Amino acid sequence: MPLKILVTAKRVEDPESRIQVRPDGAGIVTEGVNYRMNPFDEIAVEEALRLREKHGGEVVAVGIGGEPALSEVKAAVAMGADRGLLVRHDGPLDPPAVSALLAGVFERERPDLVVLGKQSIDDDQNQVGQYLAERLDLPQATCASKLESLESEAEKRRQPGLLLSADGRTLEVTREVDGGVELVALQLPAVVTCDLRLNKPRFASLPGIMKSKKAVIPQLAAATLAPDLAPRVVVRSLTAPPARQGGVKVADVEELWRRLHDEAKVL
Amino acid sequence: MPNVLVVLEHASGSLRKAARCALGAGQQLAARTGGTFHAALLGAEVAAAAQEAAAAGATVHAVAEPRFTPYLAEQHAPTLAELARAIPAAWIVGAATAQGKDLLPRVAARLGAGAATDVLAFGGEGEAVTLRRPMWAGNVIADVEIATPVKVLTIRPTEFAPAPPAPGGAVVPARGADAPAAAKIRFLSFQPVKSERPELTEARVVVAGGRGTKGNFGPVEALADALGGAVGASRAAVDAGWVPNDLQVGQTGKVVAPDLYVAAGISGQIQHVAGMKGSKVIVAVNKDADAPIFQVADYGLVADLFEALPALLEKVKASR
Repeated sequence: MPLKILVTAKRVEDPESRIQVRPDGAGIVTEGVNYRMNPFDEIAVEEALRLREKHGGEVVAVGIGGEPALSEVKAAVAMGADRGLLVRHDGPLDPPAVSALLAGVFERERPDLVVLGKQSIDDDQNQVGQYLAERLDLPQATCASKLESLESEAEKRRQPGLLLSADGRTLEVTREVDGGVELVALQLPAVVTCDLRLNKPRFASLPGIMKSKKAVIPQLAAATLAPDLAPRVVVRSLTAPPARQGGVKVADVEELWRRLHDEAKVL
Repeated sequence: MPNVLVVLEHASGSLRKAARCALGAGQQLAARTGGTFHAALLGAEVAAAAQEAAAAGATVHAVAEPRFTPYLAEQHAPTLAELARAIPAAWIVGAATAQGKDLLPRVAARLGAGAATDVLAFGGEGEAVTLRRPMWAGNVIADVEIATPVKVLTIRPTEFAPAPPAPGGAVVPARGADAPAAAKIRFLSFQPVKSERPELTEARVVVAGGRGTKGNFGPVEALADALGGAVGASRAAVDAGWVPNDLQVGQTGKVVAPDLYVAAGISGQIQHVAGMKGSKVIVAVNKDADAPIFQVADYGLVADLFEALPALLEKVKASR
């Protein structure tokens, strides 16, 4: 049963870049910061590609943002997505607004499945998938994972961790929860958010990159999908976290023990 | 009055520690806003946990129905939203656990509310409460305000003390909202990570291993066991398949704040540090004297963990 899958490709600061708060506390320093696709979204794109490779269908990558956000949509196409689209919006958006826009895209595209990162590494909210599922009255499986490790044979063969039933109507998802893993069955259409251990995303191939360069990415104005995008969560100010003072280097285990026992009194 | 509703998580008949911390946060909020203090418990069997929550001064809406166990967001959200409307609650508080993060945004969406995840502290004055939360893997702390009439948040359990006893609590039996005609999700199974050790987020001592263990967690586990502690791991160790996923400490894994955190063979990437820097005492053992972990460690030892950990274990045993 072929699947039509919608995946998200959000533009975020590269986690390897140094993130610093601007002196006025109104944002972060963007000079010298590199951008890339949210790592959790890369896992979502990878999973969608594996599902398509196994079952057939189509993978549509969606980005939201200004002109620069095009490059992450193209990055998803370079990985193998069939096509991309960009919802154009300049300025901040919070999870309720993003989910409203994605719900608008869902209504146009009518996919069988939406796969997203569990959170984006800039605002770290972990909300969009859940808001989206509730808005669309769809079942959700957050923090999708799998039992096999990322070093396993199944992973090397790029098997999907999300298991589609023979009739193509339900999807079994292994979820990471506190104290273990949980298995749920979702009736499609459904929303799945990806955790770190679902897969190891592939690198874009050279032909993929060539294809993405030529790809025409249609753009939709955000206002046509959702009229009210005013933030529900308003960021008032940003500060650097209180620095933890580094302590002392101890000479040997003897001194370490003495410090922990006599000074810190934790042993 | 801005009333407060705390969504409680329970396991084997009692409140999870994170739920008691969420109650603590709820108490603080109710004191700030002057509103009434409520809690909600959904499950097949909730009587004992409800008593625990009532002892913190909350009016506990206890919904004892088999369909709420095991937990599914699709089942719990409609009942919680209905309860929030009936109270009516302006603040809905949960803990930033796997379940809390799965459920609270869904409740918020039903109520047209904005939501904040991983709240570390409350700011602002009086009824104008701002929420302090981490962004960019803890590299930035944001003060945010939720602009909707109903405000939803999950608190980071390590940042709020469990609720102290308070008078005025009661248990009120309540009914669940009507279930949808056909469930779109089915729970199939839960596979617990078998461990005799305490839960990572609740342990007093955590001994964590990273790439430096080269996959041999023996010395890490031996020290953890001698100290009655939990075992943790860096993302590198988890990704390599050396230990189960749920041992990962970090911004994208578990956030811990034990009395003693021992990082063995862990370089100390910001992502990992964000998950453990609330620990009271941090010890780092690493062969690389320049490893960033030493910048956050109270006590740093430049040594091979395969020699240092067993030697420390001997000291612990000898002191008994």
